[in-house]
Amino acid sequence: MNKARSNPVSAAAMHGALIIYTLIALFPVFVILINSFKSRRAIFREPLSMPNSDSFSLIGYETVMKQGDFFLYFQNSMIVTVGSLFLILLFGSMAAFALSEYRFKGNMIMGLYLALGIMIPIRIGTVAILEMMVATGLVNTLWSLILVYTAQGLPLAVFILSEFMRQVSDDLKDAGRVDGLSEYTIFARIVVPLVRPAMATVAVFNMIPIWNDLWFPLILAPAEETKTLTLGSQVFIGQFVTDWNAVLSALSMAILPVLILYIIFSRQLIRGITSGAVK
Amino acid sequence: MACCRIGVLETGFSLLEIVMQASRFRWHIVIFLAPAVIVYTAVMIFPLFNTLRLALYTDVDQVRTFVGLDNFNMLFGDPRWSEQFWNALGNNFKFFFIHMLVQNPIGVALAALLSHPRLRFAALYRSAIFIPTILSFVIVGFAWKLILSPIWGIAPSMLDAVGLKSLFAPWLGKEAYALITLSLISVWQFVGIPMMLIYAALLSIPEEILEAGEIDGITGINAFWKIKLPLILPSIGIISILTFVGNFNAFDLIYAAQGALAGPDFSTDILGTFLYRTFFGFQLQLGDPYMGSAVAGTMFAIILVGVCIYLFGIQTRLRRYQL
Repeated sequence: MNKARSNPVSAAAMHGALIIYTLIALFPVFVILINSFKSRRAIFREPLSMPNSDSFSLIGYETVMKQGDFFLYFQNSMIVTVGSLFLILLFGSMAAFALSEYRFKGNMIMGLYLALGIMIPIRIGTVAILEMMVATGLVNTLWSLILVYTAQGLPLAVFILSEFMRQVSDDLKDAGRVDGLSEYTIFARIVVPLVRPAMATVAVFNMIPIWNDLWFPLILAPAEETKTLTLGSQVFIGQFVTDWNAVLSALSMAILPVLILYIIFSRQLIRGITSGAVK
Repeated sequence: MACCRIGVLETGFSLLEIVMQASRFRWHIVIFLAPAVIVYTAVMIFPLFNTLRLALYTDVDQVRTFVGLDNFNMLFGDPRWSEQFWNALGNNFKFFFIHMLVQNPIGVALAALLSHPRLRFAALYRSAIFIPTILSFVIVGFAWKLILSPIWGIAPSMLDAVGLKSLFAPWLGKEAYALITLSLISVWQFVGIPMMLIYAALLSIPEEILEAGEIDGITGINAFWKIKLPLILPSIGIISILTFVGNFNAFDLIYAAQGALAGPDFSTDILGTFLYRTFFGFQLQLGDPYMGSAVAGTMFAIILVGVCIYLFGIQTRLRRYQL
């Protein structure tokens, strides 16, 4: 290793640049979080100081709890996200198994057909999706969202999972066949457990866009009882623009679940991206 | 990649399976494929084509009537529509160019710093810089709106601290700055994605190549320009097309920060917000699904052209190095 790649001056400069950018990245989140715990006066007087015994106040959170049904929104978001992820993984791995395991007429074409959706955003079809959901009576149900997100997530899931399933040893599967296992058992008992890391990657990739989506909840399920957390906080904040405590608290409450999920899954996510799953 | 895939396919079929194939129709293939294909076709592909078809119709006395390309003529030529459409399209291109000029270079620069072999705390920086990317547009839009608000005064007082207070303006409220400000907010949010993808590409460059460069006296910043950058060009191509597709169906951030009217005076209107207003209606404007379909069809065409340029024009020319 050459000295030029490790001299202390350039190392300090690199840390300096990275620290500055990290501050830029975190500053807004930090400001929102600390101010959500302060009284209205303190928010305006010293927006950059930490809450102390003088300025500490939970008034914003109280307003949010009283006015908005955030537990319901949270529950809706959970149902939609978990339901969609479950279907993406189940249907996606089944299709990926068929495409990677069997040689049949149209295999290649089916693979290309399913891959089309990786590049084309599903939003383009919104007009007809809404029409269809109205016709089938699924508008303002969580099912409409689950179906849309499943369709949206499948192309990439099939693509990634079939790449991984091709690496599963054939001897293992053939041994199962010799023992009289059905193709379904081979899929469920042998292949799926072996591609579990890839399934986690797919799940983490899909989780964030589904949780954060505003477009489809706004169009397909805007009713009070089906609002997701993202839409709920958008509407809530829109109504309370002048109540700074409430707005800051609502923002913090929307940030925290994602932040916690990120802290739990960040390793998985970063490993997924850097392992070239999306090449 | 393609060569090894064929290799696996050839060895992947046992004698047993060939015997089974001869004996009966393999229903399990159908059963494995059916759920994914049905959901994908019914909820994604069919509506997509149906939307393109609806763009050729209009509502005459509540009867769906075929009008050919009239909707598109109206969209591009009739001042009632075209003014907003061209405005949104132009803004969308500005939005995209700002991303290309700011987001991707910053992403590459951060990745280059992070991939330095002896950098400490690299994982910490990486995770922290990626945090904005995981936040929803609603949070990002409102958070920045508050921070840039002249009422709260965080931005002006921070500028004051470095003696630049005179530069402050209510950026989101001024027509001249609002689009640039929102683009930069979006850049702030998404810089993590190019950073991660480029970081992965940089890590995959073999050490031997860099050492060979060092022997020839190419080190430090030179090594980046002369060795690493040419090798990561394919990844830069990928992030460019991802940025393009993402920008041309963006909606959420503008909607969260400026509302569906994309104010002030439509200066931040992009195709996504224009599509929303057109087909769903907003305030006094009634929704028109047929014009909405025409807007969606145009977005589809733009994205398709972009993806084709990438696939046939850029990607094929970039794959020159085999690592």
